[in-house]
Amino acid sequence: MGLRILSVIRQVLDAEESVRIKDGMVDPSSSKLVLDTMDEYGLEEALRIRDAQPETEVVALAVGPARCEEALRTALAIGADRAILVETFEPLDVITVGNVAAQVARKEQSDLIFCGGQEADWDSQAFGAAIAEYLNWPQLTWTTALNLEGRTLTGTHDIDEGTESFSVELPAVITTQQGLCEPRYPTLPNIMKARKKELRRESFESFGLHSRLKFIRSEIQVKERMRRIVDGKDGSAAAQQLVEFLRNETRVIG
Amino acid sequence: MILIVAEHSNGKLNKSTYEMTQAARDLGREGPITLLVLGSGVAPVATQAALLADQVLVADLPALSAYDPEVWAQAVAQIAREGEAHTVLIGGSRSGREYSPRVAVKLDAPLMEAVISMKFADDTTVAEHYTLLARVVERVEAQAPTVVVSIHPGAFPPASARPQAAEQYDVDLDLPAPRVVVTERNTIKSKRVALQDADVVVAGGRGLGSAEVYAQLVEGLADQLGAAVGATRAVVDAGWRPYSEQVGQTGKTVQPKLYLALGISGAVQHLSGMNKSRLVVAINRDQEAPIFKIADYGIVGDVKEIVPAIIEKLK
Repeated sequence: MGLRILSVIRQVLDAEESVRIKDGMVDPSSSKLVLDTMDEYGLEEALRIRDAQPETEVVALAVGPARCEEALRTALAIGADRAILVETFEPLDVITVGNVAAQVARKEQSDLIFCGGQEADWDSQAFGAAIAEYLNWPQLTWTTALNLEGRTLTGTHDIDEGTESFSVELPAVITTQQGLCEPRYPTLPNIMKARKKELRRESFESFGLHSRLKFIRSEIQVKERMRRIVDGKDGSAAAQQLVEFLRNETRVIG
Repeated sequence: MILIVAEHSNGKLNKSTYEMTQAARDLGREGPITLLVLGSGVAPVATQAALLADQVLVADLPALSAYDPEVWAQAVAQIAREGEAHTVLIGGSRSGREYSPRVAVKLDAPLMEAVISMKFADDTTVAEHYTLLARVVERVEAQAPTVVVSIHPGAFPPASARPQAAEQYDVDLDLPAPRVVVTERNTIKSKRVALQDADVVVAGGRGLGSAEVYAQLVEGLADQLGAAVGATRAVVDAGWRPYSEQVGQTGKTVQPKLYLALGISGAVQHLSGMNKSRLVVAINRDQEAPIFKIADYGIVGDVKEIVPAIIEKLK
């Protein structure tokens, strides 16, 4: 039997979209939503493993509202074999979602899990580590290169001040980021095929869990800026003005 | 107790440890503020910690000579359990945000991540943190016997030291063997002030054209200002600068008094790492560049002309 890879994804606001707030909560109902690019790198790594070892199965998982189906269809069009949506409208904290993903991974008998290092919706870096802890697996976060030989995964990843090369035996949770690889695009035939691929729905209620955090209020934070924009055709004069500005407005230069 | 895991490097407490201590002092919840120092050969760090906390726990063990997320999580969870900590504070560094979820799961506790404010009242911990690429502030509440919190760098003022040193206690730990084998570690040792501790950050983007120009202009200006050097994702991907200098969604979050963006267009992912800076100055050729929307002062022009002139005038 080949490897079973779980690619955990989030559906997030397109980076170009502006945020809308309604009744103190982020309201994405009229915004363009996409599969988070942070998650695409992990999906791509999973597909590369399957390219080399065709008996590998790649399953995409999302935990969220029904509209996450679109992001899962994108993952299927990019190349995932099948998809699972754990449906809920309740806003959930990352530890609880990690618990759900870990339970799905156990049922699916996954060997390797990919997820984004910090998805653009909840700005959380905790997802991969939470899944790994629930499964009692090792984790590698912020990976920048990966290579699988048998069940030994080697690669590099970012640490606080620098980088590490590592080696780990599967199973493991890997978090991904831009620069790890160049994700492939869905092709038209694959988009057509994706519609027929299996997408299984499960209800969050069946997991018997509740959010550990209460979400009280969201507010858009805009810092007022002076927006003093000047022309810099005369480089020397512009430099002089800036130095004066810094001397007047900041104490960082004398 | 409030358990704070001290962050330290090269025998000194990091600024983040002082910030976490202040967060603990302002929390409004009873219990001794306890600093936990993990590492090997950390006696000097423990001495510094003793001037901040009500008590210091020291685990000075060879097994803690190098960070591993599973080892750290096990150590912190064990101490939190034994000391019946109601609040566990962990730094918002890359490593802190990597092992804190494991601590939360081990303690069956909620995790409040990268918080920028925090209070305890009516049996409830209330905290705020950023979401949606740091464009939104979200307020969350937790009611639980233990709450695990990571603290956003720069969000709390650093605590001042006290004249009287607190007691230090050695602790013993039952630690797992690391499952990840580290075959090589490249730690960037910069003579400059650390990015997240800097009052001034000079950062460059692809607009500088090459690694050589980057070094000349960004480092040249940083030298004059005693500043830290930052970079965009594109710059580190191009190999001009190490990843440790990256500012943004996948890099570091900074909040300096002054952020100078040279040849940076201002992708939303980069802005999320610096848009809380007190003052933002941008120099870019393209007047439509998004960076100007969050700039206090912007110059539309050629960085290669303007920056050398600034360096000259600062000398």
